[in-house]
Amino acid sequence: METLTQIPLNHYILLSSIIFSIGVIGVLIRRNAIVIFMSVELMLNSVNLLLAAFSVYRGDATGQVFVFFIMALAAAEVAVGLAIIVMIYRNTNSIDINVLDRLKW
Amino acid sequence: MSTFYFIAFLSIFFSILVITAKNPVHSILYLILTFFTFTVHYVLLNAQFLAVVNFIVYMGAILVLFLYTLMLINLNKESEPRKSNVVKIAGFIGGGCFLLTIVAAVKAFNISQPVVLHDPNLGLVKNLGKILFNEYLLPFEVSSVLLLSAMVGAVLLATKDPKTT
Repeated sequence: METLTQIPLNHYILLSSIIFSIGVIGVLIRRNAIVIFMSVELMLNSVNLLLAAFSVYRGDATGQVFVFFIMALAAAEVAVGLAIIVMIYRNTNSIDINVLDRLKW
Repeated sequence: MSTFYFIAFLSIFFSILVITAKNPVHSILYLILTFFTFTVHYVLLNAQFLAVVNFIVYMGAILVLFLYTLMLINLNKESEPRKSNVVKIAGFIGGGCFLLTIVAAVKAFNISQPVVLHDPNLGLVKNLGKILFNEYLLPFEVSSVLLLSAMVGAVLLATKDPKTT
């Protein structure tokens, strides 16, 4: 158990921020709505990892409870978001986000 | 010790592949691998409940939902139109500036104490369940209402409008 975690806290912060930035870049450079959604999931997960690391660092289980709530939120968000994407595809025959600049058709 | 760095490298590698893969199906498969490395991270932190939930909810439910949606939407006809290089470079600069800001802030604070697990049963189901059902009972119930409304909303949105068809 004592060999389990001896990693400095900044390495966890660096890992999470690198993955969060990859998610931000993915949102900015892709045009496929589903890939953008997956980048958002990547960002949520990096924050989850950071919360879990801080929870272990402080010895406080509240952080892990928050991760649990974030996962429930992410499940709800994915269900609604994918339904919206399916509806957009049905109306425009494309999931390119550039067709969404009108918001009305 | 070195397991963490190996898994961290794998997470970063697969998440870069997620946003650079041309085919969205490959992108989803790389995302599954990324989430698996996150599960390994949780196991290394001894957050066993989170590891299991991450494995079941993310890799089992959410990514299967993504795959289903992607197969519902037939993308084989036309490939994704690429963004212009200017937008791509701007995106990389934006994300890079964000990363630089956080790294500089972390360097300035200089927190270098190791993450040591003081309480071995911190992330176990028993401990988390006690906290979840004592202090966080109201948010727990509210999240159940949220899930119900999301489910109703998703069904309502995804069914076809009977007036137009």
